[in-house]
Amino acid sequence: MKKLVTGLLLMVAYAFAAESSTVAIRNAKIVTVSGPVIAKGTVVVRNGLITAVGETVEIPADAFVVDGEGLTVYPGLIDAMSTLGFGGASTGGAAAAGGAGRGGRGGGAVTATPAAPAAAASTATRSMGPEDRPQTTSWEMAVDEISAADGRIPTVRASGVTTAVTFPTRGIFGGQGAIIDLITGEKAGEMIVTPAVGQYISIGRGGGFGGGGGGGGFPSSLMGYIAYVKQIYLDAEHYKMAKEAYEKDPHSMERPPYDRALEGVLASKRILLPANRAVEIDRVLRVAAELKQPTILYGGRETYRADAVDLLKKSGTPLLVSLRWPELPRGEIDPDNEPSMRSLEAIEKAPSAPGVLKKAGVRFALYSDGLEQPRDLQRAVKKAIDAGLSREDAIRAMTLSPAEIYGVSDRLGSIEKGKIGNLVVTRGEIFDDRTQVVWVIVDGRHYKPAETAAPAGRGAATEEPGGNQ
Amino acid sequence: MRRLLLAALVALAPLGAETIVIQNATIMTVSKGTIKNGSVVVKDGKIVEVGEKVMIPEGATKIDAQGQYLIPGIIDCHSHIAGDGGINEGSISVSSMVNIKDIINPEDIAIYRALAGGVTTANILHGSANSIGGQTIVLKMRWGKDAQQMIFEGAKPGIKFALGENPKRAGNPQGRGANGQAPVARYPATRMGVEDTIRTAFNEAKIYKATWDEYNAKVAHGEHPLAPRKDLQLEALKEVLEGNRYVHVHCYRADEILMMIRVADEMGFKVRTFQHVLEGYKVAKEIAEHGAGGSTFSDWWSYKVEAFDAIPYNAALMAKAGVVVSLNSDDAELMRHLNSEAGKTMKYGGMTEDQALAMVTLNPAKQLGIDNRVGSIEVGKDADLVIYDKFPLSDYAKVQKVLIDGTVYFDRDKEVSAQAAKDAEKQKLLDKLKQQNQTTPAGGRRGGRGGE
Repeated sequence: MKKLVTGLLLMVAYAFAAESSTVAIRNAKIVTVSGPVIAKGTVVVRNGLITAVGETVEIPADAFVVDGEGLTVYPGLIDAMSTLGFGGASTGGAAAAGGAGRGGRGGGAVTATPAAPAAAASTATRSMGPEDRPQTTSWEMAVDEISAADGRIPTVRASGVTTAVTFPTRGIFGGQGAIIDLITGEKAGEMIVTPAVGQYISIGRGGGFGGGGGGGGFPSSLMGYIAYVKQIYLDAEHYKMAKEAYEKDPHSMERPPYDRALEGVLASKRILLPANRAVEIDRVLRVAAELKQPTILYGGRETYRADAVDLLKKSGTPLLVSLRWPELPRGEIDPDNEPSMRSLEAIEKAPSAPGVLKKAGVRFALYSDGLEQPRDLQRAVKKAIDAGLSREDAIRAMTLSPAEIYGVSDRLGSIEKGKIGNLVVTRGEIFDDRTQVVWVIVDGRHYKPAETAAPAGRGAATEEPGGNQ
Repeated sequence: MRRLLLAALVALAPLGAETIVIQNATIMTVSKGTIKNGSVVVKDGKIVEVGEKVMIPEGATKIDAQGQYLIPGIIDCHSHIAGDGGINEGSISVSSMVNIKDIINPEDIAIYRALAGGVTTANILHGSANSIGGQTIVLKMRWGKDAQQMIFEGAKPGIKFALGENPKRAGNPQGRGANGQAPVARYPATRMGVEDTIRTAFNEAKIYKATWDEYNAKVAHGEHPLAPRKDLQLEALKEVLEGNRYVHVHCYRADEILMMIRVADEMGFKVRTFQHVLEGYKVAKEIAEHGAGGSTFSDWWSYKVEAFDAIPYNAALMAKAGVVVSLNSDDAELMRHLNSEAGKTMKYGGMTEDQALAMVTLNPAKQLGIDNRVGSIEVGKDADLVIYDKFPLSDYAKVQKVLIDGTVYFDRDKEVSAQAAKDAEKQKLLDKLKQQNQTTPAGGRRGGRGGE
């Protein structure tokens, strides 16, 4: 029996080996992130894993060899929050999601999907309170929805992003995200690194519900969203108690009715909550403390402010910083509708937030927030570097830091023996204007970056920042 | 060395701990008459001495209010400022699960503007879209502090109810709802339905309370039953039944005011204040007997059918019948000149200066249960004080300085002198950003479609 299992395992191993090639990059500068930079060395990736890295490494005979003279190797970049794999309008289902409906700055230019508010599907039965579980699909798993055929994958990969943490972003409780490797595969299952990383929660006023009882359901205001999220966690706690009591003695009580919304919440090991302004960070951290859930915040627009950074530091909550920096509207400014000093300050200072967070010792990572074109992503990161984040820290914020925040730094985020074979090979320093991404290696498969842009997808994973004013 | 240490300590001490003497002012204490030429000593955020002659503590900061007036900070019993993301959860007829406390926005500029109008405390209410609205909170206008520091510590929280046109309006489908679909009607569509909604909600809350009481009793006896489900919606109403949450009722017509009193008596709770209460003068005796306060407008009327019977004598008539009456703003603009609103009651109804001023200071403090802390200039109370250049019940009076807890939060001189520099700073930043826009290509904003 044992022999048979071993045999099967070997067969599986061989099958995998046959599919993935061995790649070796030699004579390259290697930025390992976890350790010192190797000025001239070799990385070998075999069977999807990094098998060797160092100054003198033997190159396997069957390897696809890249001469790294003048090239630099980095760990594959991780987009800490995205909707990749939810392939735009065509996939339907969860893809008709929040990001698109909420649209955003620039007159909806960021979205390709029609602005179909998330509420569309659920207005047939108007929610009359938390018991109706409005805008909730907490049981949904990104792994079940991801399509390997998302046309955005080659585009995003071209900027050196090998890995994305991707979420179903519809409604208030969108569902559980997954970490995926951006291979071009036949089966979505091959892409999955970690199937369930946490519950995506939105407490903005998205979703397309009108306020004031104008025909929308509950909730229709920010305080309604917050009350709903609180009630869900109270219910989940009670549900868990009731289920346990029933299991202990099924004769003693009526069985508690199955509630998939609460099952989804209970199955989530962490939650992701949005907060952009300092006021929101304060507010959301209080909500998170009440929910007693391990939390990651996303947004972070005003984290250039000392008070916001202090709050994060004190709470120890990690933050995903959106790379969609605020911008002054193009064209003439309406004198009657001039931006406030606070919003001007945000435009000026938002890109300095990562540098400020780093100095303060707050755990953070950067995420694309819908920036899919390599050029846009590169520029956005460069802006943060120009505003005070060191290049090393910028790289870390898109490699090892997100891996740590999601608890997968044992397999992702740096160039180390045994980690997943995700690498970016560039000519020039990564995130510079003229730098060229030469190779992207994902799970040991090597890709030449696509020359042309792919169709746009669903746009931002998060709402218009600061949209609550 | 020791002196150096002391000096360092003094330098480090927050502004609030400063000892201040306001001198030579006409002090309108509200509760104890007016002192023609007096001083107030403020220490550790409290009023420690009031009188014509006071002991001036060593090192006290002196504010000369020669020819000026000093009144207690204005209290607005009905405001909707300082909130984020909407103040109406109007989707349902009983939204008692939502809480203004969760959405305080301490950076709302309306706070500073209210402060500049002499307001130091405000009751931030949920809107009037539904029969039973959300939970409410009392804030001090401590501009610059965070959300938690704004909260009036120890003030009992409230809940908003609403009667009449607003809560029943959403029952009738009109216009287009979200997504262009016809909105679904929300019960109730009549005043009868509003009454029914409140009664039904309290019947449920009573059952909920009984369930918890029973559970708690069992636990007290050492049993381990399964705890009931905690329901945020009914929890707030349970607090009302237990007397731990004030009820503020938006209302207009006399008949519905009487209805509300009957329902409250039947269900066993008290209405703390009737808000707007424009026909209060018709049922003032009943309101006084119930023990409720009346928080009304000075002379705002006829903006809707149920406001047709409003008269500017309402505040004075209710007061004469024994109701504790306040004048509120319900509006970020009106909030900035509540002093002159109070003055109108002298013309309409013959209120004295003290009675008029009390309607925006001591009376709202009583209505909110915070009169032990604020509302008048008395030793031991919070040093929430406003200096006006002229008689404060006049339209011509301008706020000069506002203190909360003994700290100056608004200073007209500083505000005016800093304005030009602030404007210049903003223009400079705006120009810089415009310049950047012109020199950099449109990048990130195009997102998915990006590229050059």
